[in-house]
Amino acid sequence: MNASQVLFLVFAALTLGSALMVVTTKKMIHAAFWLIATLFGVAALYALLNAGFIAMVQLVVYVGAIAILFIFAVMLTRKDLRDSAKSLNANWGWAALFSALMFGGFAILLRQWDGFGMKEAGALPATDMITKLGTALVTPTQYLLPFEVASVLLLAALIGAVYVAATNK
Amino acid sequence: MTFWTDPFNFLFAWLSGVFQGWGMNEVLATVLVWFVGILLLVTFAMVLDIFLVWVERKVVARFQDRLGPNRIGPFGIFQPFADIVKLLIKEDITPIGADVILFNLAPIFSMMSVLLLWAILPFAPKMYGVDLNVAMLYLVAAGSIGTLSVIMAGWSSNNKYALMGSFRTVAQMISYEVPMVAAILVVTLMAGTMGTVGIVEAQQPFVPFWVYSPLALLIFLISAIAELGRSPFDLNEAESEIVAGFHIEYTGMKFGLFYAGELLHSFTFGGFIALLFFGGYRFFGLENLSPIVGAIIFLAKAMFFYWVIMWVKYTVPRIRIDHMLAFNWKFLTPLAFILLMVTALVNRLLLGSAWLVPGLFVSNLILIWLTIEYLKSQARKTRAQEEASVQSVAAEA
Repeated sequence: MNASQVLFLVFAALTLGSALMVVTTKKMIHAAFWLIATLFGVAALYALLNAGFIAMVQLVVYVGAIAILFIFAVMLTRKDLRDSAKSLNANWGWAALFSALMFGGFAILLRQWDGFGMKEAGALPATDMITKLGTALVTPTQYLLPFEVASVLLLAALIGAVYVAATNK
Repeated sequence: MTFWTDPFNFLFAWLSGVFQGWGMNEVLATVLVWFVGILLLVTFAMVLDIFLVWVERKVVARFQDRLGPNRIGPFGIFQPFADIVKLLIKEDITPIGADVILFNLAPIFSMMSVLLLWAILPFAPKMYGVDLNVAMLYLVAAGSIGTLSVIMAGWSSNNKYALMGSFRTVAQMISYEVPMVAAILVVTLMAGTMGTVGIVEAQQPFVPFWVYSPLALLIFLISAIAELGRSPFDLNEAESEIVAGFHIEYTGMKFGLFYAGELLHSFTFGGFIALLFFGGYRFFGLENLSPIVGAIIFLAKAMFFYWVIMWVKYTVPRIRIDHMLAFNWKFLTPLAFILLMVTALVNRLLLGSAWLVPGLFVSNLILIWLTIEYLKSQARKTRAQEEASVQSVAAEA
């Protein structure tokens, strides 16, 4: 087992463990903080895959914006921040069963895919990756159209948010 | 390769050799040397931090026409050690109803968000932790951990002032991230890379990036001060309104971590201003003597911009929260985006020509002039409206 495999196991365990805590912890706000740990774990996995750009974007967008939005939502909507409602309802057994079945099904399907046992490709030079990503987003034959459509969608969402929030319409 | 020409790699090879001499295999030795390196870098930052306390207290004293600490050691330089002893022997209080784990984790996260930045600071050509190709994004990502620590502290303290302080801080940090990222993007455009070493290498000795884009420097400085939560943006700990803000319930060394984190954060941002706009470790070819000279130049520049941040802090009074938000969203953010577009356009048009630098500089000046003219006309309009309403009230009375 080499160093990157050890790191992978550590971060995978962190991601899964904190994801489990998100759904089992009793305090809402703790769930939000455990979610941040999960997102960190995912970012670390991206970094292990040599996708530094995606890892950083994961941190900036998910930890820096979305997780903080979650925490604010929890803080501002709950009357008593220390409330400890039960996090599981009567159907948790069924949910666990179906989750296990789904996991088993995916595991069987993925075993047949030959990419599953493939060896890790040699590390790509990191500088090339980000340049390639950048040029791919502005090349008409590649991802220019999806990129622009996503930008227009975000702009529409922005204007919509301003319209909804504006008091004197 | 000697210590003088390449200190980090020389020490790395030497230490790795020592560990392998003890019978370790190469991988384990390399991992261990990395850990030792991280430990040394963090220790250096923390020891520097101790002296930053002294610098801060001495400088604020001068700004306020006082002498500052001057009893312990020459010029009072050992005052921080007395401060540390005081902080350590203070009672460690956890408020009733506090969320103990998050309460204790928050100061650590606060310090961590600063120390993470030291990984990407290039002290000299071959002296840096890592040369990330996404270093500028990393800077923003580390900042979001700082925001997180403030929320943690504010929420877990079980104190309404702490919660208010953390709400204010988060609103401020998230807002001012936008112009800061735009200013960083301007630099990225001019350097053609997001890596810190690449940005420093892209700056010529006589024309660092502040000549290319003085407006980006100004925007970055303002938003950096807001990110740091220092005056005039210290609403998060406004003493006259919310006592001490998010760290109100912290005592002893836990408070010390927040305080030390803030000082080191300011110094680190001084370093980022130096490397983004003032050529980092480059100083008219002097850095070619040795990386050690380069590191001294870099730290001196970082210290200077730390001083600039202090200068602003102790000169300008705190601004109101609605002004803070309006200034960001209605003025700084649009200006930063216009600057980004203008820079991109001029950069593209003049790419490779000798007129690139003058073109960018002049376009910046024009943009500044237009902004000032616009602000002037807006101010006149607002004043005329106010005067008209005052006169109509007076006429009725």
